Amino acid sequence: MPTTALRGVQRPGKNPNPSAAPDPRTPATHRTTHKVTGIRVLRSEWAKFWSLRSSWITLCVAVFLLIVFGAVASYTYSPDAVATAGPPGPGSSGDSDAVGLALTGVTFASLAIGVLGVLLSAGEYSTGMIRSTLAAVPRRLPVLWSKAAVIGPIALILTTVGAVAAFQLGTPGLDGEKIALSLGDDGVLRSLAGAGVYLGLVAVFGVALGVLLRSSAGAIAALVGVLLILPGLASLLPDSWYDTLSPYFPSNAGSAIYALHESSDALSPGAGLAVFAGWVALTLAGAAFRLVRTDV
Amino acid sequence: MIEARELTKRYGDKTVVDNLSFTVKPGEVTGFLGPNGAGKSTTMRMIVGLDSPTKGSVTVNGRSYAKHAAPLHEIGTLLEAKSVHPGRSAFHHLMALAYTHGIPRRRVDEVIELAGLTSVAGKRVGAFSLGMGQRLGIASALLGDPAIVMLDEPVNGLDPEGVLWVRNLLRGLADEGRAVMLSSHLMSETALIADHLVIVGRGRLLADTTVEDFTREAGGGVKVSTTEPMRLRSLLAGPEVTISSSSAEELLVAGRDAREIGAIAAQHGVPLYELTPQAVSLEAAFMDLTRDVVEYQSAPADTVRKAA
Ligand SMILES: Nc1ncnc2c1ncn2[C@@H]1O[C@H](COP(=O)(O)OP(=O)(O)OP(=O)(O)O)[C@@H](O)[C@H]1O
Ligand SMILES: [Mg+2]
Repeated sequence: MPTTALRGVQRPGKNPNPSAAPDPRTPATHRTTHKVTGIRVLRSEWAKFWSLRSSWITLCVAVFLLIVFGAVASYTYSPDAVATAGPPGPGSSGDSDAVGLALTGVTFASLAIGVLGVLLSAGEYSTGMIRSTLAAVPRRLPVLWSKAAVIGPIALILTTVGAVAAFQLGTPGLDGEKIALSLGDDGVLRSLAGAGVYLGLVAVFGVALGVLLRSSAGAIAALVGVLLILPGLASLLPDSWYDTLSPYFPSNAGSAIYALHESSDALSPGAGLAVFAGWVALTLAGAAFRLVRTDV
Repeated sequence: MIEARELTKRYGDKTVVDNLSFTVKPGEVTGFLGPNGAGKSTTMRMIVGLDSPTKGSVTVNGRSYAKHAAPLHEIGTLLEAKSVHPGRSAFHHLMALAYTHGIPRRRVDEVIELAGLTSVAGKRVGAFSLGMGQRLGIASALLGDPAIVMLDEPVNGLDPEGVLWVRNLLRGLADEGRAVMLSSHLMSETALIADHLVIVGRGRLLADTTVEDFTREAGGGVKVSTTEPMRLRSLLAGPEVTISSSSAEELLVAGRDAREIGAIAAQHGVPLYELTPQAVSLEAAFMDLTRDVVEYQSAPADTVRKAA
């Protein structure tokens, strides 16, 4: 145990020692110029996003999945196989078309993009960064809005580009097939952009889940549960219920956004967008509530 | 200035901070002391609004923290737990905080240099040693050039050179008129830096005093044995001096050191047959004060205390 004798206590710091002092500056004289504003928080979140290697990697993985799956699906397409087997999975609109093939990778990309959103928000909780963040922005909510506003557009733009690339790369593979389309055809660009909009919203959904659950593992599990497992699980419901409810499930409403042809058991692209955006908004509201109300 | 009024925090039915009131004044270093689990870190989290008090309130420069337009200019904080993303470089971490207030890059470079991080500023924080992480925490606390600096166990993990650096830094900040608050479990270390002490145990205020008063009241002093105790007593008397006696020919003098006492006695021909500085440490006094409120008591620590 330290035995600083009472009498011997020397307090070197107490001696005025100007050379040891940090550069003298008057405390806090620029309070008015350096305020926290929404734009500045946005700028900070933007910088935070790009200064993590994991953001780059996850983003690249998402776009890569989108392009590779789309292109490969187009190249391996054969009309006979489709006629017998039919494309599986919930939300598929029955007959395949060139856009549907190009967007085969959306499901996988949505997981990667959702994880990207989760990492951006829940990652701050698991590392403790959130304490620094909220100490700088004690009003808290601007942080959530900024995270959403940063990642939503980034995901939207890059995945739209990815979807167009997947379509263009796949086009030669469908050369001469009945279902072949070109970028200029009716609804093609709208569908491809719709996939980008969906994935942009999924990224925001991931951010919201991360803030709501404050754990990367929990939020990723919830993301997979909602996007992949929920539709399958719901098929256990009585048929009449399922038929009424299933178009409103997040993933089904989402896939309606980027379907080229509106199928009879799905929502229109506009309605799908509204419903999916509604789910995201609901999750964001829950996240905002938890962010403001509970201790960090 | 930080003013806590009847600050209380409960987690479930456990009261972690209990009716705590204290003030941290500008131009002073306030040491915030208490054994493990005393509620120091919880109190500091409440000061910057990360935890909300169950009862009571705390203000920073007259307002609750969240009401400030530029909180990083009011108070810079180093929190105990790591509050950094390990995947980001020190520079980018500081930049991210700076952007929220529109603090220029120049200031970021300045605090990096001030904290001695220049050579590692581009490295991922995850690869930092404990001391480097601590320096980064101190750099972020100084980023906004704040009027108050609040550090939770700042010397934790620092090497002797780093400890000295923190000591001089905090002294300098207080001398510039800023309020400085730092927490610690180490009384001896804190006494070297602090002017004022706020001591807590189990969330309750145990002492709110100056280092000088604490040191004086801690006991110690010099034990003097003489054949003429009455005469020596009057010779030693002074405004800063307290004298007690435990037996007929023995005096316990606080406020004068052994050298002074010896000189005065020799000058007036008072015979002394013992002159012993009492080796009561500040640490022992601190443990005495907190003995009943230690949250996590360990047997060996107890033995050490009795030996002291
Ligand atoms: N979020 C929480 N939920 C429940 N209990 C908590 C929480 N945070 C802290 N505690 C408890 O509150 C008590 C005080 O903790 P705190 O970290 O404030 O103490 P401290 O004085 O900083 O201790 P140390 O010197 O070890 O850092 C501890 O018993 C701790 O277990
Ligand atoms: Mg602590």
